[in-house]
Amino acid sequence: MRDIGDDGPNRRKVLECMTWVGTGVLWTIAGGVPRSGGLIGEAMAQPARGLSFLQISDSHIGFEKPANPNARGTLEEAVAKINAMPVKPAFMLHTGDISHLSKPAEFDDADRIIAQSRLDVHYVPGEHDFLDEERKLYHERYGRGTQGAGWYSFDAGGVHFIGLVNVVDLKAGGLGNLGADQLAWLAADVKSRSASTPIVVFAHIPLWTVYPEWGWGTEDGGRALELLKRFGSVTVLNGHIHQVMQKVEGNVAFHTALSTAFPQPAPGTAPSPGPVKVPDDKLRSVLGVASIDFVQGKERLAIIDKPLQG
Amino acid sequence: MRKMPRRFVLAATLGAACALPLAALIELAGAQDAPVAVAIDNFTFNPQTLSVKAGTTVRWTNNDDIPHAVAAVNKQFRSKTLDTDDSYAFTFTTPGRYEYFCSLHPHMTGSIVVEAP
Repeated sequence: MRDIGDDGPNRRKVLECMTWVGTGVLWTIAGGVPRSGGLIGEAMAQPARGLSFLQISDSHIGFEKPANPNARGTLEEAVAKINAMPVKPAFMLHTGDISHLSKPAEFDDADRIIAQSRLDVHYVPGEHDFLDEERKLYHERYGRGTQGAGWYSFDAGGVHFIGLVNVVDLKAGGLGNLGADQLAWLAADVKSRSASTPIVVFAHIPLWTVYPEWGWGTEDGGRALELLKRFGSVTVLNGHIHQVMQKVEGNVAFHTALSTAFPQPAPGTAPSPGPVKVPDDKLRSVLGVASIDFVQGKERLAIIDKPLQG
Repeated sequence: MRKMPRRFVLAATLGAACALPLAALIELAGAQDAPVAVAIDNFTFNPQTLSVKAGTTVRWTNNDDIPHAVAAVNKQFRSKTLDTDDSYAFTFTTPGRYEYFCSLHPHMTGSIVVEAP
């Protein structure tokens, strides 16, 4: 990040940096205009005055392939990093692919490790969490009180959080899918809310079309965004693609998080979206978590990607 | 790719370039009642379109580091999750065109064309 000066990096450069290196530029979203607010050190030095929460994603417990033979270990490192934060976050969002193959032992291990953060965790499922018949394991553990395949909403710190499920009823040749029932629920969920309520939507597969050739997008994601159009501040947090990507469209900021297990290639740079094997000493620079700050009254969320190392 | 028999790598490569001769080749194999292979490599089904005679068993094998699953669009067949090196077989008895996809990664699609014996 050394090539970004204090006197205003150009936006393209910052985006490239955020997208392909995934290290810690602080982004603030103010009036729909993204601004780079400085490096992690400066951001951490500022006292937290609002709501701070975390996003963790794609822990893939059970994955043991060369790209990372020890996904449990790197999740433990991520939790240790969370526990070392100077300001304790209010809670954590997990944007899916908790497990690799939906095995009970994988969920058990994930739960045991994540519990060490002593944070409330709000989950949404990834496709890897729904591999058992009838999707019982996820629902028993994380789906209590949710609707349909596991969608729900809650309020915290003046922000309305909406957890969506876009990994069921997938159609041949298609992308992620929300479906009519979930969209109807969403319409009802936000109907009576004031347009000034900041909205955070979280789901596994990106709601925006990142790269359809690899299935990185949601078929009816646009319909969900349409329902949120009247809100002044909408932040969409996704996982699935195991890399940081960011986009701002009008009042909507889109962000995808790093995985804690293994990186995936930038769109189109490899024959497939499969796991990327990086040199062992580089792995922790492409894994991590994201911390998000919301300051009441300012309608802006600052997202900081925190790699496990570097 | 590394665990694929070399012979099949060649067939898959040829399949991408010239589907018809490959189909012909595989029909021969089908006539001998051996299962016909579809390899899952790099998030694709190889060959993407496969022609077999009715009565042929098709066997899908996942060579990727990521699990996949095979699901017929018309729901006539559906595999469990295939982890690396796992296989799933289905015997096609009725002529017709069968479209299928990966239920985890639906952008992955393939077709089996079953011809009268």
